[in-house]
Amino acid sequence: MPTKIEKDALTGKLTTGHEWDGIKELNTPLPKWWLYILYATIIWSAVWALLFPSFPGLSGHFGGVLGWTKREDIAREMAAVVDARAPMFERIRSSDLEEIRRDPTLLRFATAGARQAFADNCAPCHGSGGEGRPGGFPSLIDDDWIWGGTLEDIAFTIRHGIRNAQDEEARQSQMPAYAQILSRREIEDVAEFVLSFTNRATDAEAARRGESIYAENCVACHGEQGEGVRAVGGPALNDAIWLYGGSREQIIAQIANPRMGVMPPWQGRLDEAIIRMLAVYVHTLGGGE
Amino acid sequence: MRVDRTLKPAEASATPTPPTRLYANRVKVYPARVHGTFRTAKYAFLVFALVVYYTLPWLRWPRGEGAPDQLVLLDFAGRRFYLGPIEIWPQEIYLVTGLLILSAIGLFLVSSLFGRVWCGYACPQTVWTDLFMWIERRIEGDRNARMKLDQGPRDAAYWRKKVTKHALWLVIAFLTGGSFVLYVQDAPTAVRDIFTGEAGAWTYTFVGLLTFTTYTLAGWAREQVCTYMCPWPRFQAAMLDEQSLIVTYRAWRGEPRGKHKQGEPWEGRGDCIDCRQCVNVCPTGIDIRDGQQLECIGCGLCIDACNAVMDKIGRPRGLIALDTLADVQACERAVANTPPGPARIPVAEAAHQRMKIIRPRTMIYAGVLSLVAAVMLLALATRSVTDLSVLRDRAPVYVLLSDGSVRNAYTLKIVNKTHEARVFALHLDGLPGATLAAIGAEDVAGSTIPLAAKPDGVESHRVYVTAPVGAVLPESTTVTFRLIDASGREATRAESVFLAPRR
Repeated sequence: MPTKIEKDALTGKLTTGHEWDGIKELNTPLPKWWLYILYATIIWSAVWALLFPSFPGLSGHFGGVLGWTKREDIAREMAAVVDARAPMFERIRSSDLEEIRRDPTLLRFATAGARQAFADNCAPCHGSGGEGRPGGFPSLIDDDWIWGGTLEDIAFTIRHGIRNAQDEEARQSQMPAYAQILSRREIEDVAEFVLSFTNRATDAEAARRGESIYAENCVACHGEQGEGVRAVGGPALNDAIWLYGGSREQIIAQIANPRMGVMPPWQGRLDEAIIRMLAVYVHTLGGGE
Repeated sequence: MRVDRTLKPAEASATPTPPTRLYANRVKVYPARVHGTFRTAKYAFLVFALVVYYTLPWLRWPRGEGAPDQLVLLDFAGRRFYLGPIEIWPQEIYLVTGLLILSAIGLFLVSSLFGRVWCGYACPQTVWTDLFMWIERRIEGDRNARMKLDQGPRDAAYWRKKVTKHALWLVIAFLTGGSFVLYVQDAPTAVRDIFTGEAGAWTYTFVGLLTFTTYTLAGWAREQVCTYMCPWPRFQAAMLDEQSLIVTYRAWRGEPRGKHKQGEPWEGRGDCIDCRQCVNVCPTGIDIRDGQQLECIGCGLCIDACNAVMDKIGRPRGLIALDTLADVQACERAVANTPPGPARIPVAEAAHQRMKIIRPRTMIYAGVLSLVAAVMLLALATRSVTDLSVLRDRAPVYVLLSDGSVRNAYTLKIVNKTHEARVFALHLDGLPGATLAAIGAEDVAGSTIPLAAKPDGVESHRVYVTAPVGAVLPESTTVTFRLIDASGREATRAESVFLAPRR
């Protein structure tokens, strides 16, 4: 409470009556309109609280007279986004894959959308950049393709998958377990011959022995020069890329008891437009043929 | 000028204590007409400022095909600021920052030299308030006529004058708000759109907002903006010192003040005849004789008023003047032993101190000002029209190809600030024999490839760099991408690294 209101001799103004360590303050009142603006903001807040969601209750909250919610805003915005995209999706569905790749607008739309779809669906096995993962998840960005790297090949693989039971058209191939067909010695000889494709054979005698075994058992799927046969999904053995490792031990292990990866079919799980976008996207990652 | 502001207990206790009020009615200010040097200068600057403000968006500056031809355009939608020949991109916003720093320090410098000339002459609040007051005076008459009108009957003449005044104010306020939005869009198009109802909601919002604030602040709030709302009067005191020019009442000459009849002697009294002309003309309604105060905007209209009075009563001009506190104090000390009256003037004249322009404060402000200006000029002069940024792929950091070679991928962003589409040749230094290829143009792979850059924009390219087969590479090789323009000169370069597997 003000203690002693005095009149300042010089200015003729009154003090507020407060004193702090001998310092007194002149009473310089704010203008009235300032006060009215404060009242206006109070009224504004009351009206606002009435119109929009405001007060909490025991089992919910007061929703406001207008019934506005942010969730509805989001639903409306999302619907607007879907509507806005619809014509582009339609164009993607009705376009040839090569057309999508050649049309800058379609290509930009396809790669931008597919980047997200890839991250959601493909990245767990193939890596966020399509670089693959150790242990049989192939890289999609190099120039080595087991089942083919053209747009159509990629789209087919995405649609039907590999070695799965769900899709009748899935790409199928089965490498026998040679541990039950060939002797340990024979397997080592074949491995030596396979190493000779990349000039890494150390035992010329063993490699020569392995050549005939290779010709009898392996040529059909891996080709005479180890170049691979894509029609049956036989990987190339004459390059620097090895799905299950390229060392002597890893090759021997793969011949004896082969590991073979499985990829699910995406047809039916993903929209046709998304599959096409993904095919184009994977094709642009650096290995497309 | 030091004033004794201590309370005198005897007087204080003698006064009965009226109830304290927390809020006060506004005391309306009726500034009177005045003539003189300061008034002329204030009008001159007012005309200059308004002409600049209203016409600037209409001036053209050809920039070529596809680019806006407005001299000053702050294109927020297109993310470009156009200031004559200068074009500012978002990443060059530091130029705008520099401009703001220049303005701030310029304001400090001017304040430390000439006091609150910004408040008195250049501040938009002052300029528009002055313009609105001029209109008010033309319609309602001078101070006395206006006071009489406000106190008189609410008759037809009253309403005619008030309606005319407010209508004119609103027209000016609308023109002000309308001009504001012309700075952020093409002026001729915007004006057509505004009047045909085609302009966007934001345009109308800002026109409305600026119309409202101009009308309210210049018409109604006036000096209250300076005294209650504006922070500048609160801290501008930090820029002033006893060598700054401020509007001062020379108390040593004016006091003791009092009424004066013609023919009476001037000996033994001050030159102030207490006519209150200085108070009447003040746009903020204060009495300059109370000393330096927050409400004073330093416009100097009281000087004009007082000089006119001094001329009339045959006393020398300059009872109220632009003066430094140091000079006022020096004069005060010199005349301490001289009795009030005309005899004081020659004594003070002898003790008169010229304003010191060169002093640490002004030198520091001027120094910082020149430094910032120099940095800005340098930045402008060395501004490049082509920028290249290189983002290396990280997932994966490299790719092994079937022939055993190593490939890295990069995203190259070419910023082309010119208004022509350009094609650059991309070269790579640091990795001999490397092959470059861009996505979408794989068939032109080679040691150098063409990259297009769209006009006035950023073009993104994904580029693959493949090291030659059998190359023995360290884990990391520093490489330099260079863009060579059509004339064979290097436009820009950017560094990155080429990564290879550990051996």
